[in-house]
Amino acid sequence: MRESQGIKKLKEKFSKDILDYSISFGDETLLIKKERIFKIAKFLKETPELEYSLLLDITCVDYLGQEPRFELIYHVYSFRLNHRLRIKVKISEETPVIESLTPLWKNANWLEREVFDMFGIKFKNHPDLRRILMYEEFEGYPLRKDYPLKKRQPRIPGIE
Amino acid sequence: MVNKLKKKSKRESLLLNMGPSHPAMHGTIRIMLELDGERVLNSEVEIGYLHRGFEKICENKTYFQILPYTDRLNYVSPLINNTGYVLTVEKMLGMEIPERAQYIRTIMCEISRICDHLTCLAAMAMETGAFTVFLYMIKAREFLWDIVEQTTGARMTTSYIRIGGVRSDFSENYKELINKAVNETRKVLKDCHGLLTKNKIFLNRTKGVAIVSKEDAISYGFTGPCLRASGIYYDVRKAHPYLIYDQIDFEIPLGENGDNYDRYYVRMLEMEQSLRIIEQSIEKMPRGVIEIENIKEILEPYQAIKFARNKKPTQKIKLSPNLEGTEKEKYPYILTKDKRYIIPPKEDTYTTITGLISHFKFFMKNHGIRPPKGEVYFSVEGANGELGFYIVSDGTDKPYRLHLRAPCFHIMSALEKMIQRGYVADIIPTFGSINMIGGELDR
Repeated sequence: MRESQGIKKLKEKFSKDILDYSISFGDETLLIKKERIFKIAKFLKETPELEYSLLLDITCVDYLGQEPRFELIYHVYSFRLNHRLRIKVKISEETPVIESLTPLWKNANWLEREVFDMFGIKFKNHPDLRRILMYEEFEGYPLRKDYPLKKRQPRIPGIE
Repeated sequence: MVNKLKKKSKRESLLLNMGPSHPAMHGTIRIMLELDGERVLNSEVEIGYLHRGFEKICENKTYFQILPYTDRLNYVSPLINNTGYVLTVEKMLGMEIPERAQYIRTIMCEISRICDHLTCLAAMAMETGAFTVFLYMIKAREFLWDIVEQTTGARMTTSYIRIGGVRSDFSENYKELINKAVNETRKVLKDCHGLLTKNKIFLNRTKGVAIVSKEDAISYGFTGPCLRASGIYYDVRKAHPYLIYDQIDFEIPLGENGDNYDRYYVRMLEMEQSLRIIEQSIEKMPRGVIEIENIKEILEPYQAIKFARNKKPTQKIKLSPNLEGTEKEKYPYILTKDKRYIIPPKEDTYTTITGLISHFKFFMKNHGIRPPKGEVYFSVEGANGELGFYIVSDGTDKPYRLHLRAPCFHIMSALEKMIQRGYVADIIPTFGSINMIGGELDR
């Protein structure tokens, strides 16, 4: 498989910020610097020949024991190129903060809330960062690998 | 949660709580409304009442065990969920599936899609006052569910599409059954078109309500019928064809305005296309096993096991009735050749040592399906949008991480915007038109 148009353009413009490029099961994957996520996403979305205008998904993987521990995964899709691109960002456990993409995509609001809810990653400039699937009193982040599968928490703190 | 709306609401406006258990809500979600008379000024949507930790559970189950959990995501069209998950795993394993199995999958997916659309529109019609349409559509759905029931043994929690193929072949009279259901559904659709599509009351209730512009639809990550109702041509079946969709002739209906009416109409037209796909697939489907050898002598399983201690039995072995369609002769047509990824036929398990060993190997810890290391994203066109699975494999028999891209999660995030400035009475039809499914939304 050869490099797609989008990757070529990105490599020209952001050659320093792209840490790794790979193809995993037919999907092109870019590993980029954490600080540049907003710039690169904006470039992908707003460059007329690319137009990666649909944010398909944001999710996170917890690689417990590795450093940096978390990996955020963005999937974007371009109607014009009919191409799907995966962008990955590594985030350390000490400073789990990354810039929010809410100014670019409206569905990033809920997607980022879900990542915050499940993994405890904070999004800078997010308008309304709070839990979405779990309740507010819930302690811990359930999809982290160190959260036990069968741990129980009372719905209201203090009442078993 | 509600505090936020309370803080910013005006003093003279009325705060009204809708849900989580409201008779007209399809599923448990809560909408907090700030009202000025009948107008909705602001609202706040709270989800998560059906959160079961699907993704966490999947991290602790083997690839084979996850399958039943996928049924419970979108419980109106479980076969599409099965297909989505299974295709993702198959993409990792690089597996080839017999052509007949692919056709069976396609037919079952399209049947599910019609069922889903029927349910959605039936509820939406009922909410706008058309109770007859509701009954008609549920009647058509019954015919389709009869096929699902006969083929899979269950109506909703099917677990029918398996890694490597499908669980069992169609029954012998599938052609008549499907043709009958297709004809009945056509009739019902025609009736419903007559009752609703140009009905003044229905038009007044739905035209121009909850308009989503093209830009908004993309920005909110809409996919499926809701995106197409806004006039954007995107369907995973056309954009990234899977199964046999590239060999079949069908169209993608588009809407214009992105209002409730368009979401209704796009779904109506899509069902027609699904019926076309089913009809073509039946015609094109390669034949399965032509005739199973008619051996008079039949052994009960326990007799076969006893007999096989000395010699391989030549008689036919009686299978339990719920294994119908999974006879050994049918295996090459419905399941992959690669024996590592499928359960061996029961005839082999009962009578041969290799069959017995591979049966145990399949279910044994750390021996079952083990995809290579890596990560994969694969999506299928679910009934209400792009249903994507993202799986990270670490080479063991359990996924390291499994993430579901639920189509209605994105659509639900736009609900606040959609109902803003509208009437209270329009909330429920709008909510119906986006077809939220709790199981998939909250995972």
